[in-house]
Amino acid sequence: MQEELFTSGRHIPNIDPSLEIWHWPISLYLFLGGLAAGLLFFAGVVTILGKDKEYPTTVKYASMVPPVALSLGLLALVYDLTHPLYTWQLYTTIRLESPMSWGAWVLLITTPLSFMWVFSYYSELFPKWKLKFKFLNKFEKFLKKNRKNMAYALVPLSIILGVYTGILLSAFNARPLWNNAILGPLFLTSGLSTGAATIILLAKNTKEIHLFSKIDLALIIIELGLIVHMIMGMYAGSEVQLDAMNLLIGGEFTLMFFGFVVILGLIVPGILEALEIKGYKVPVAIPAILILIGGLIFRFVMVEAGQITRYLY
Amino acid sequence: MRYAMVIDTLKCVGCSDCVVACQTENDVPIGYCRDWITETVNGAYPNIELELKSERCNHCENAPCVRCCPTGASHIVEGGIVLVTGDECIGCGACIESCPYDARYQHPDGYVDKCTFCHHRLEKGQLPACVSVCPTKCMYFGDLDNPNSEVSRLLKNRKWKTLAPEAGTKPQVYYLI
Repeated sequence: MQEELFTSGRHIPNIDPSLEIWHWPISLYLFLGGLAAGLLFFAGVVTILGKDKEYPTTVKYASMVPPVALSLGLLALVYDLTHPLYTWQLYTTIRLESPMSWGAWVLLITTPLSFMWVFSYYSELFPKWKLKFKFLNKFEKFLKKNRKNMAYALVPLSIILGVYTGILLSAFNARPLWNNAILGPLFLTSGLSTGAATIILLAKNTKEIHLFSKIDLALIIIELGLIVHMIMGMYAGSEVQLDAMNLLIGGEFTLMFFGFVVILGLIVPGILEALEIKGYKVPVAIPAILILIGGLIFRFVMVEAGQITRYLY
Repeated sequence: MRYAMVIDTLKCVGCSDCVVACQTENDVPIGYCRDWITETVNGAYPNIELELKSERCNHCENAPCVRCCPTGASHIVEGGIVLVTGDECIGCGACIESCPYDARYQHPDGYVDKCTFCHHRLEKGQLPACVSVCPTKCMYFGDLDNPNSEVSRLLKNRKWKTLAPEAGTKPQVYYLI
């Protein structure tokens, strides 16, 4: 038996008794960042393949979401800083070893690019509202011409953005739940899946809905596989990793993780999408909304549970 | 130069003098602390063992907090001391997440703060405040690169351990056991 206590007293806000440095804005940002990454990725790929006329929601309507999501996400990130007036210090240096530095720079490029992408569709999206200034018209024409170039930039950037949301957590070896390499691909897959779900939710033509149902089903299967890998890897790990896994399996996060993320957020929408592909009439909004909620809860579970886990000594 | 602290757990009585000395010396805000005392009880009665430890930032050689800092506010100075520049810190909390010892905290003014091995005192040739006040003289401070320093000799002759070495951080606060 081992028992340890602080005899000098330690009640530091947000740190004792268990770490709570990152609050809901971080979880929300990880979700919004992944969602934006997924949407930008699909918009880029569809444009590069030259199918932008066939899938208008992907390249046009759904791409109105990423600028909003990224702006809200950035606001949330800054809101969670305790020294926010010094945020500019992020952009005085490039630190290759710090995932957060990578993320800050990628966001600095991707956010304006997502605005420019939507702006290139301005006159198609808002035909009634004419642009008042000549230079804005010129700028829109310029962007329209360079849409394919933007797509070539967006695909790698969105992948980095999606992976970054996971790598941000997995880089901390002091938090055993986060410290596994699969978190990067897992968060990327989840981000792509929420992106596909948003397209399904907004799309009007059946062809687009069908294609993205298929893509989303594949992503769900991959994501389930990655979650199984994560659990297996942790079970084969050291004591601290076992403790971390026990929070998700038989611990305080079991219902949230298995109930809302795995079953309601992945398996049920997966089955509904499979039925939809088979030709059954399924209201596609249901799986899409379930996936979005599941993705959001997944971020909350990982951020909160991860901060409880720690090294024992 | 490689500064290190050696703490004799067999001599420590857990009086918390080091904690108060640090709070006074470094103007640590009320309710916060840069060092603290843990009491660990091992075993079951009658085979029971008690260990008292004064813990603080381990000034790790492989410091995860410095690695993950996005602005470079967390940095290592001569002697291997890990410091934070308040004006460069954005308060993102990444370093706090990365520390296996929970040695860092967010100062009420926003920036991240922690033990500095009393860097300002070392520059004047003085010992860290905690070491200088210890009534049982169970704390030692010095240069591990010098084989004849008190800390080097203690580590040569006594059994010692570091905290969570499996975290791979190469901590530089040693506990004699």
